[in-house]
Amino acid sequence: MKGLLLRDLRLAIRAGGGFGLGLAFFLIVTVLMPFGIGPETGIITAVAPGILWVGALLACLLSLDRIFALDWEDGSLELLATSPLPLEALAGVKALAHWLTTGLPLVAAAPVLAVLLNLPVPGFGWLIASLAVGTPALSAIGTFGAALTVGVKRGGLLLSLLVLPLYVPTLLFGAEVARRGAQGLDALTPLALLAGISLLALAAMPFAAAAALRVNLR
Amino acid sequence: MSLDVQSLACARGGVRILAGVSFAVARGEALILRGPNGSGKTTLLRTLAGLTPPLSGKVAAPPEGVAYAGHADGLKAQLSVAENLAFWAGVFGATGISAAVDAFDLAELLDRPAGNLSAGQKRRLSLARLLVTGRPVWCLDEPTVSLDVDNVARFARAVGTHLAAGGAAVIATHIDLGLPGAKSLDITPFTRAHQPRRPHHDDPFLSEGAL
Repeated sequence: MKGLLLRDLRLAIRAGGGFGLGLAFFLIVTVLMPFGIGPETGIITAVAPGILWVGALLACLLSLDRIFALDWEDGSLELLATSPLPLEALAGVKALAHWLTTGLPLVAAAPVLAVLLNLPVPGFGWLIASLAVGTPALSAIGTFGAALTVGVKRGGLLLSLLVLPLYVPTLLFGAEVARRGAQGLDALTPLALLAGISLLALAAMPFAAAAALRVNLR
Repeated sequence: MSLDVQSLACARGGVRILAGVSFAVARGEALILRGPNGSGKTTLLRTLAGLTPPLSGKVAAPPEGVAYAGHADGLKAQLSVAENLAFWAGVFGATGISAAVDAFDLAELLDRPAGNLSAGQKRRLSLARLLVTGRPVWCLDEPTVSLDVDNVARFARAVGTHLAAGGAAVIATHIDLGLPGAKSLDITPFTRAHQPRRPHHDDPFLSEGAL
């Protein structure tokens, strides 16, 4: 399992691996947003938590189809399926690798970009906390979606349509944490609910993704 | 008995391809699968490897004992030859890759990215993976594609060594590998064309006859 994780991380940072794709997208969305909305700081401040969360979510979505599609194309997915590694572990490792290469950089970049959007200072801690707690759910749910659509040629659209509704609860509570935090309100309740969603996704995803892979590899 | 197949029926994409396949491969034996294109050799091998569940019948194989090699090489273009092989060695819990490197003459290529190899070199690397799996039963689908004559002989020697060590192999191929004592099985009699047609589903709208 460790070998698989290291291989995925190594592939991600080598040429054409797609590391930084989500991060660059996140950067572009949040940098362009003030230009689109206009120079009024009040409006930008009000929408900053929502923009940051939607940007992070879309950046995550962008790299989902790489999770299994590359291994499917070159045949390694079949070989991994016949290896001693259970498919549940494979899905878990894939989700972890996706989070380390996409979710974690987003969490790290969010405070810098929050400055650009004039997020109030009390909101920074809550924004980081909400992304740190919420992005694992995005990776886990996305891995399940990628497992469902593996083997579908140009499956990116189908994957987005399948995954987006499942992302809505995470987005609702994640943005709510950041918004309430920015306004100086108590944000612990939505954070707890967000953590609940993440834990549920992490617990159920490996089994659901493995079942989907088994069907798709037939 | 290393691999025992009894009245196996297998399907690809929900369509029954083969039925009534029975054979046994003992330790130290190789079975060559013959049959025209599209007769179901790949489907049978995928079923033996556990990728596709059989429609009926059963496959008795040692638990986690089958190593599968299909048409695709399963290599990562960005990783070097050594990294590719070491990854699979790690997945299968093998100790080292040197035996596999020697058997397929990969020593000079170890530092090259797999994406820069020729088709035949990629195939050799893909076949070397079989040695690091350490599994007793090899299920190989057209393993000699893009190999030159010397490397086909090298591959045959590797299979011979594997059989001599108590392994078994089921190989779908169109060429003569020159394996001494290998049995041959023509799967044409088990294909759809030679089977009586009968509905595959209980629902008449879904049965093959209705389509």
